[in-house]
Amino acid sequence: MESKLNLDRGRVGEARQSARRIADAVQAEIDEHTTSTVERAVLRLYGVDGVDDNEVPLPNRVVAAMEQAGALHFGAARVVGAALVQGFAGPQECAAAIAAGELAIESLLEVPVAEALDRADAAGGAGIERIRARRWERLELRRRLGSASGAEHYVIVATGNIHEDVLQARAAARQGADIIAVIRTTGQSLLDYVPFGATTEGYGGTYATQENFRIMRAALDEEGPRVGRYIQLVNYASGLCMPEISVMGAFERLDMLLNDSMYGILFRDINPLRTMVDQSFSRTINAFAGAVINTGEDNYLTTADAVEAAHTVLASQLINEQLGFCAGLREEQLGLGHAFEIDPEVEDGLLLEIAQAQLAREIFPRHPLKYMPPTRYMTGDIFRGQSQNAYFNLVSVLTGQRIQLLGMITEAIHTPHLADRQLALDAARYAATTARNLGQELRFVPGGRIQQRAAEVLEQTVEFLQRVEELGLFGAIERGMFANMARPVRGGKGALGVVAKAAEYRNPFLDRFHAELPLALEEATHVSHA
Amino acid sequence: MSATREKTTDATDQSLTSDPTRVVPYGDTLNDGRLQLSFSLPVPPSPEAEEAALRMLRAMGLEDPAIVHTRDLLTGGTFFVAYGSWREGVDFTAIKVPKAQSVVLDRKEIETIVESELLGRPIRVIGACTGSDAHTVGIDAILNLKGIAGHKGLESYRGFTVKNLGAQVPNEVLIAAARELEADAVLVSQVVTQKNVHIHNLTRFVELVEAEGLRDRFLLVLGGPRITHELAMEVGFDAGFGRRSFAGHVASFLVQALRGRG
Repeated sequence: MESKLNLDRGRVGEARQSARRIADAVQAEIDEHTTSTVERAVLRLYGVDGVDDNEVPLPNRVVAAMEQAGALHFGAARVVGAALVQGFAGPQECAAAIAAGELAIESLLEVPVAEALDRADAAGGAGIERIRARRWERLELRRRLGSASGAEHYVIVATGNIHEDVLQARAAARQGADIIAVIRTTGQSLLDYVPFGATTEGYGGTYATQENFRIMRAALDEEGPRVGRYIQLVNYASGLCMPEISVMGAFERLDMLLNDSMYGILFRDINPLRTMVDQSFSRTINAFAGAVINTGEDNYLTTADAVEAAHTVLASQLINEQLGFCAGLREEQLGLGHAFEIDPEVEDGLLLEIAQAQLAREIFPRHPLKYMPPTRYMTGDIFRGQSQNAYFNLVSVLTGQRIQLLGMITEAIHTPHLADRQLALDAARYAATTARNLGQELRFVPGGRIQQRAAEVLEQTVEFLQRVEELGLFGAIERGMFANMARPVRGGKGALGVVAKAAEYRNPFLDRFHAELPLALEEATHVSHA
Repeated sequence: MSATREKTTDATDQSLTSDPTRVVPYGDTLNDGRLQLSFSLPVPPSPEAEEAALRMLRAMGLEDPAIVHTRDLLTGGTFFVAYGSWREGVDFTAIKVPKAQSVVLDRKEIETIVESELLGRPIRVIGACTGSDAHTVGIDAILNLKGIAGHKGLESYRGFTVKNLGAQVPNEVLIAAARELEADAVLVSQVVTQKNVHIHNLTRFVELVEAEGLRDRFLLVLGGPRITHELAMEVGFDAGFGRRSFAGHVASFLVQALRGRG
C-alpha cells in the first residue's frame, strides 16, 4: 500500500521486532502453565456440558475435583482419557460420575498415563469436527449471502433478556447493521464459571451462555437472507473464562470475539499470568474456528489521555498482534482496536485523529481494524454527540477502518433507545456514501501536521516498546505503563487457578488446532476464491 | 444542581421573562412555549401512527403539536420528531431547591483553610466509581491531577491526599480502602445508570457504612452527570455534585464541611 504518512519503514520494523521479543518472552511463560478455565475449556471441547442441582456447570465440578486432588497440572484430558479406559461411555458420563462423587480423580490417575492420553487424543476428534463444520458453514453462508464491502457497521444490544435482544438485533439487521454484539451483563467477566441456559435477567447486558449464543445465532441466520447479507454475531471472550467462551462461540458459530491479551489485567484486575495463559488458548480456539478477534486498546483512552497516550495504543496493538500470531491467528483475524477519543476542545484534534487512524491502517494493512466511537467526551449533550459521531464516521471512511462501532447519542446516559441504532446507522451510511472515495483523493502535506504527528507517535512507540522489553511485559504492566493502571504480577483475581504444567501434561486440542491451522487457511482461501 | 453554589448566583437576575410566576419554554418568541421532542412508538408508520403521536402530545398538555419527521424503524416501530407548545407555566418564584450551605472558594482560599484552620495534616480523600459503572471519566475529572476542561483535580491541591480506586469497585472494597486510608471523605461517582440500578447500589453503600459504624467518620460525597444534591441527600450522602462540577466545587464543600465539624 502506498504510504500517505511517509512512515519510516525501518522504525516500523524495529517496533514490530521489539513487540515480537516481548511476546516471545511472555509466550515462554504461557507454555509452561495451565489454568482452571483452560481445563474447563478442554472439557467443553470434549462435549462436557450442563449443570448440577446447584446450577454449577459440570466442567467446574470436574476441575474443582482435580484441584482438590492436586491434579490440575496433569490436564483434564488425562482424566477424561483414563475414564474412557475404565469403560465410561463418554466424557459427559465421566464428568457426571465425578460430580456425583462416584468417581475419584485419584483412581483415574492410576490408569497408565500413555494409555489414558492415547484415548484422550482419539476422543478429541468429535469436538474438533464440530468446530470445523461451523467454520465451513460460515464460509458457505458468507459466500452465498455476501457481506459489506467497505466498513462493517457494528451495533450493540443490551437488554438483559435474550429474547428482547433478539427483537432488537433483528431490527438492527434490517436497519443496516452488519455486526451485532450482545453486551454481557455487568460483572460476568469476574464469574469463574459460565452460566447455563437461556437467560432473561441481566444488568446493562445479557449473560453469555451457550444457549443464548444459539438463540441469537439462529435469529440472525434468519435475518441474513431477508436483508441480503451475512449478519455477524459478537460476544466477549474476556474475564475469567476466556477459553470457555471461545469454545462456546466456536460451537455456535460466533464470528467475532472481544479477546484482548491485557484488558482483563488492566481493567478487571485479573491476575496477569492467568490472563496471558487464558488468552493464548482462547485465541487458538478462535483461530481454528475462523473467528475474528477484537482487541481493547480503545479502552486505554478512557483512562489515559488520547493525545498523550497515543503511542501506548500503537505499542499495545503491536504486542497484541504478536501474541495473536503466537496463538495461531492470522492478520485477517486480528481486529486491533483503537478509538476516536481526543477531547473535542483540542485544536486540530481531528487532524490528530486522522493521523492515528491512518497510522494504524498503514502499520496493519491486512488487519480488520476495530474503530471505536467517542465515549469519554460524550456529555449528555446529544446534539454535540451526534456531530462528534459524524466526525468519527468521516475519519473511519477516510482512513479505511473495517470494523466500525457506531456511536449512539445516548452514550454516557443510558443504554440505547430503539431509534438510536437507526439514527447511528443512518449517520454512518451517510458518511460512507458521501465520502466513499475521499481517501483515494486526499494526500497529506509532506512534513505537515498529520505526517509529523504520525512520525512522532511512531517514534514514541519504538522507545516505549524498548522500555517494555527491558522490563518485560509483566514488569511494564506493574509500573502502570498501559492505561495508567498498575497491576502487580502476583496480584489480581483468579491467581489461584494457575498451575505449572506437569511434564506429562497434555492438551490434545491445543496441539491439533496448531497442527491444522495452516490447513484452515487453505480452506478459507479456496472458498473465498470459489 | 450541586452541593455548592456560586457566590453571586441569583437565578432571576438575568431572566428574560416578564412574568416569573408563569415561565414557559422560549422557542423563537418570548412566551410562545415551543419545545421539541423525539420518541419512538411501537407501531408501524401510518397515518394512524401519526395521529397516535399527536394524541399522545396533546395528552401531555401540548398545544398545536406537529410531527415534522417520521422514520420507519423497520420493525413495527416508528421514530418521530415533533414540536408543540406548552403554555401552562411554572411559578419560578415558588421554587426551593435544597443546597448545601457552602460557597465556591478559589484554590488559594481552599489551601489556606486547610493549612491554617483544619486538621494539621492533609485531608484524605478516596474515590471510586462503584457498582456496575465502568465510566471513570467523572471520578478522574474530580480527583486526578489532570482534571478536566482546564480545572485541575483534587490531587493538584496542596493539603489533599487523594486515592482513586477507578471503576466497578464493589462497595465493600471502597469502604475497606477508606477505613485503611483513614479517609476524611469518600467520593462515589456514577456516570452511566440503567433502570435505577445505581440508586439501589448507592443506598446499599450508605447502609454498609452505617452498619460498620463509620457514618460519622467520613464525609460521603456523590457525583455524576445525573446526580443532584437533592438525590444525594435522599440516598444518605452529605452532598451531591452534578454536571459542570469540578474539583474546586468538591474541595470547597469538603473544607467548609470539615471546618463545620470542628
